[in-house]
Amino acid sequence: MTEILLIEDDPLLQRGLQLALSRHGHEVRTADTGEEGLRRFRARTPGIVVLDLMLPGMDGFQVCRRIRAEGEVPVIMLTARGDDFDVIGGLEAGADDYVVKPAQPTVLDARIRAVLRRTVDVPNEVRVHRDLRIDTVSLTVTVGEAPVTLTPTEMRLLLTLSRSPGRVYGRQRLLEEVWEHDYLGDSRLVDNCVQRLRAKIEDDPAVPVYVQTVRGFGYRFGPV
Amino acid sequence: MGRWWPRGLRPRLLAGFALVTVLGSLAATWAITESAGEALVASNQRRISETVSGQIGAVTHEVSHPPDQAALDRVRDSVGPDTLVVFEDLRSVDGARADLITDELREAVREGDRVVTQRVVDVDRPWLLVGAPVMITDPDGERAPSGIEVYTVRDLSAVQEEVDALVRAAAAAGAAVLVLAALLALVTARGVLRPVRELRDTARRLAAGDLDARTEPQGVDELAELTVTINEMAESVQGSMATMERMRADARRFAADVSHELRTPLSTLTAVTEVLAASTEDMAQDARESAGMAITETRRLVRMVEDLMEVSRFDAGSVRLREEEVDMVSAVRDTLRARNRLDRVELHAPQEVPVRVDRRRLDVIVANLVGNALRHGEPPVRVGVFADRTHVNLVVTDNGPGLAEHVVPHVFDRFFKADSARTRTPGSGLGLAIALENARLHDGDLTAGNGDDGGARFVLRLPRAPGQTAPGRERGIQE
Repeated sequence: MTEILLIEDDPLLQRGLQLALSRHGHEVRTADTGEEGLRRFRARTPGIVVLDLMLPGMDGFQVCRRIRAEGEVPVIMLTARGDDFDVIGGLEAGADDYVVKPAQPTVLDARIRAVLRRTVDVPNEVRVHRDLRIDTVSLTVTVGEAPVTLTPTEMRLLLTLSRSPGRVYGRQRLLEEVWEHDYLGDSRLVDNCVQRLRAKIEDDPAVPVYVQTVRGFGYRFGPV
Repeated sequence: MGRWWPRGLRPRLLAGFALVTVLGSLAATWAITESAGEALVASNQRRISETVSGQIGAVTHEVSHPPDQAALDRVRDSVGPDTLVVFEDLRSVDGARADLITDELREAVREGDRVVTQRVVDVDRPWLLVGAPVMITDPDGERAPSGIEVYTVRDLSAVQEEVDALVRAAAAAGAAVLVLAALLALVTARGVLRPVRELRDTARRLAAGDLDARTEPQGVDELAELTVTINEMAESVQGSMATMERMRADARRFAADVSHELRTPLSTLTAVTEVLAASTEDMAQDARESAGMAITETRRLVRMVEDLMEVSRFDAGSVRLREEEVDMVSAVRDTLRARNRLDRVELHAPQEVPVRVDRRRLDVIVANLVGNALRHGEPPVRVGVFADRTHVNLVVTDNGPGLAEHVVPHVFDRFFKADSARTRTPGSGLGLAIALENARLHDGDLTAGNGDDGGARFVLRLPRAPGQTAPGRERGIQE
C-alpha cells in the first residue's frame, strides 16, 4: 500500500479522487493548498505526491521544486490545460509524469504504480562503467566514492539503458518500458528525465559520457 | 457610349478640349477672314469705281455728241487698256480682257445712270468689272445719259492675295491655340485626375483589406467631398470590423473559459463514476441502469469538453506542432490497434513510409476518419496509405451510401450533422473540424468526397516533412 499525498484545492475533486484511489488500494492523505501540502509532506514523507498545478497561493510548480529539493519522492502533476506551458513548466520543476484533467482514476493509478516501480527486469549484479557503479540488487548508484540518490523513474531509466550498453533506445520505446505509457506517450518526459539523470551522474552534463544522445533516434548508454 | 469614344478619363478630357478648340478657332477664323476679306474687297471696289468715274468725268467735256469712232477711242485710252467704250453700234478698240464683260453688266448700265460693278472669276483670277454710263449736262442744266457706255476690267489678284494671307495667318494662329489648348488640357487633366487616381488607389487598398488606407482631401471641390465620404466610409467599416473581431474574440474566449471551468467538476464526475461503476453489482436494476447512464454520459461530456478545448486552442492560435520521425504505416496501425479497430478495417499500405509529423495529431486525424467511416458508413472500411517523394496520402473509404451532394461542402463544419434527425451521435460534432485543423497545421489538407463505388471517401494529404517540401516532380508509388 502506497501513501499518496494529494494536493488539490477543489474539495469535491479532492474527495472524489480520494475515494477512487482508495479503491485502487492506496492510502490517500489530502491538502488544500501548496503550503499545507508542504507541511504535510515534511511531517510525514509520502510514497508519492499527486499535485494540482493550479493552486491558490503557492502554485504547483513551486511546490514541486521544493519537494524535489528535499528528496526523491516521485511527483505526478495534474494539469488542467494540458498545454505546453503547464507540461514543460511542470517537468522542469522536476515532476516525473503528468495527467491531464479530467483524469480517469484508472489511468492515474497506472501512472502512480509505474512511477513508483524502481526496478526493471535485470539480472542481479554490480555493473561498473568507468567511475559509475550500479548495484542492481540494492538499487544503489555511486559515482567514484559518492553515492547518488535517484528517483524511481531515473533509476529505471538508468537500469534500462545500461542493460545493453551501446544499444540505441527510441523515446517511444523508453516511454513504454520506463513510464509504461501507451504508444502516444509524451517524449518530453524522456528528454527531461535524461537531463536530470545526467545532472546527477555525469561529470559534465553538457558533454555526457554515460547517457548519450543519438540524434533523430533516441538515447544509448555509452559506449564508455 | 459608342466604341469610337475613348474610354479613359484622360483621353476623353483631351478629346473634349481639342474638339472645343478646333471648332472655336475654326469659327473665329471663318468669321474674321470673311468680314475682313469682304471689307478689303469692298474698299478696293469703291476706290476703283471712283477712279473710273473720275477718269470718265475728265474726258466727258471733250467728247462731242454724238461721238465718232475716234472719240470713243480717246475715252478708252484715258480710262485704261482693258476698256471698251460703246455708243449705239459704235465700239471702241477692244481691250485685252474686254471679253470678260458680261451682258448682264451691260444691261444694268444701260438701264441705270450709275456706276455698276460686278466681280467675276476667270482662269482662277478674280476680276472687277466696272460699267459706267457717260452723263452729259443738258443746256437746261439736267444731267442725262449720253448713250455712251464705258466698261473696264480690273485685276483683283492683289486683293485676293491679301485676303489669302489673312486666312493663312488666322489658320496659323488657330493651330498655335490648338497646341496651347492641348497642353492646357493635359495640365488640367493631371490636376483633376491625380486626386481621382489617389482615391482609386485608396479604394483598392480598402478592398484588399487594408482598412488604414485614407486619402488626404485637397481643396473644397466635389472630389474633396468624395474623398471625405470615402474616408468616413472606411472609418465606419473599420469600426464595425473591430467590433466584430472583438465579439468573435470574446466568443472564443468564452468557449475556452467555459470548457476550462467544466474541467474540474468533470474530473470529479469522472472519479466518482468510476467508483460507481465498480460497485454496480450490489445495486438494484434501476439504480444500476442509472449508474450506467451517468457513466456513459460523463465520458461523452469529457470527450466534448476536450474537443471544445482543442478547437479553442486552434482559434487562439496556441497550438504547436511537435514533429517526430514516424513511420506512417505503424502509426496508423497503432491508432487502429489502440482502439480495437484492426479487425474491422482493411489496411492497405506499403512496408514503411517515414514522415515527420506530430504523432498525437496524426492519431487524432486517423481515429476521427476511421471512427466516422465506421459510424456512418457500411463495412468494409478501407484505409490506404500511398506515398510519393514529397507527400503521403491516407485514404479512408467505406461502402455506405456516400455523402449527399449538399453535405460535402459542410462535413468539416463545426457541429455539422449530416442527418438532422440523428442528432445524438456519439461524437462531439467537432471531430472532423479538428481533423482538418490538424491536417492544415502540418501544411497538409483533408478533403471529403465519394469514391467510384459510391461510398464516402476522405483523403488526408500530408507533406512528408512539413515546412520544407520543395515543389518537384513526384514519383514513387501512386494511387
